[in-house]
Amino acid sequence: MTEPNETEIRARQRSRARVVALLLGGFALLMFAITIVKIQQGWQ
Amino acid sequence: MTIVTTAEPTLTLPAEWRDFLALTKPRVMTLVVFTGLCGMLAAPVAINPILGFTAILCIALGAGAAGALNQWYEADLDAKMKRTLARPLPAGRMDKQSALHFGVGLAIFSVLLMGVGVNWIAAAILTVSILFYVLIYTVWLKRRTPQNIVIGGAAGAFPPLIGWAAATGDIALLPVLLFALIFLWTPPHFWALALFVKTDYANAGVPMLPVVAGERTTRSQIGLYTIPMAIAAIAPWPLGLTGAIYGIAAIVLTGIFALLAVQVATRTTQAEDAMKPEKRLFAWSILYLFAMFGALVVDRWVFA
Repeated sequence: MTEPNETEIRARQRSRARVVALLLGGFALLMFAITIVKIQQGWQ
Repeated sequence: MTIVTTAEPTLTLPAEWRDFLALTKPRVMTLVVFTGLCGMLAAPVAINPILGFTAILCIALGAGAAGALNQWYEADLDAKMKRTLARPLPAGRMDKQSALHFGVGLAIFSVLLMGVGVNWIAAAILTVSILFYVLIYTVWLKRRTPQNIVIGGAAGAFPPLIGWAAATGDIALLPVLLFALIFLWTPPHFWALALFVKTDYANAGVPMLPVVAGERTTRSQIGLYTIPMAIAAIAPWPLGLTGAIYGIAAIVLTGIFALLAVQVATRTTQAEDAMKPEKRLFAWSILYLFAMFGALVVDRWVFA
């Protein structure tokens, strides 16, 4: 097996970072939505 | 003064994000998400769509975490079976520690999100289901007893209970019966599969019933487990927990299941057997569960 070269490693790290960024963005949106729902339910 | 020389750290290729996704067993998740959603929709209280989405997401993430921890623990076993050989760990695309950290992290995250976002009853049942699958099924029973999937089936039976608890904040008789239905459905479902893929399990040394107790016993057990399963499936109607739509659907669908199970229970494998009845039962068992839960939701919407 050949050693992975640095370009290959960086490319994979980049793609993982992108997915994590998307997931974090989604999580932030979800937490915002849950908070709004909880506030509304508190008002009712 | 001594100079300590350390070797250059070798560059290792990090696992791809797709491999982390594969670790969560996305295909198994489909049925888990579906039954969880049906348990939620069958509840008498309507849940806010955002919270409902969160609950289903947490059920899916919890199941994914359990799947990842299962693969972490069973990497050696997976390497011995054709069906599982290409998974990220046995194929060497990921190191074991990454899988462990991912699984534990995802499990904690799913439970906390369920607790904070939905309610702590649902979070508690989610915790129990993850621990049950990982500790009781994967670590304790799977390699020790041919009854492994009977108890392990309970882990897969939790989602409707969690879905219901997410909507209502408590547990009632109907979701408990749904739990019993999946729990009792699991043995005939898996043993039908094990009858036609038994060589694979035998090679890996997993004590599946056909390997340990023989084919005759397995066939009888399939027939025997179908009886309490049928009772749990039909019971909600006479108990007044559902309407006639579910009741009639349950009788018809379970009747077909029972017929196929009787065929499997009463025959013996011939030379060059294509195992058609076993494959038919296995295929129907999957469709059966989807149809039963679908009928329950339709019934709830019509009679609500």
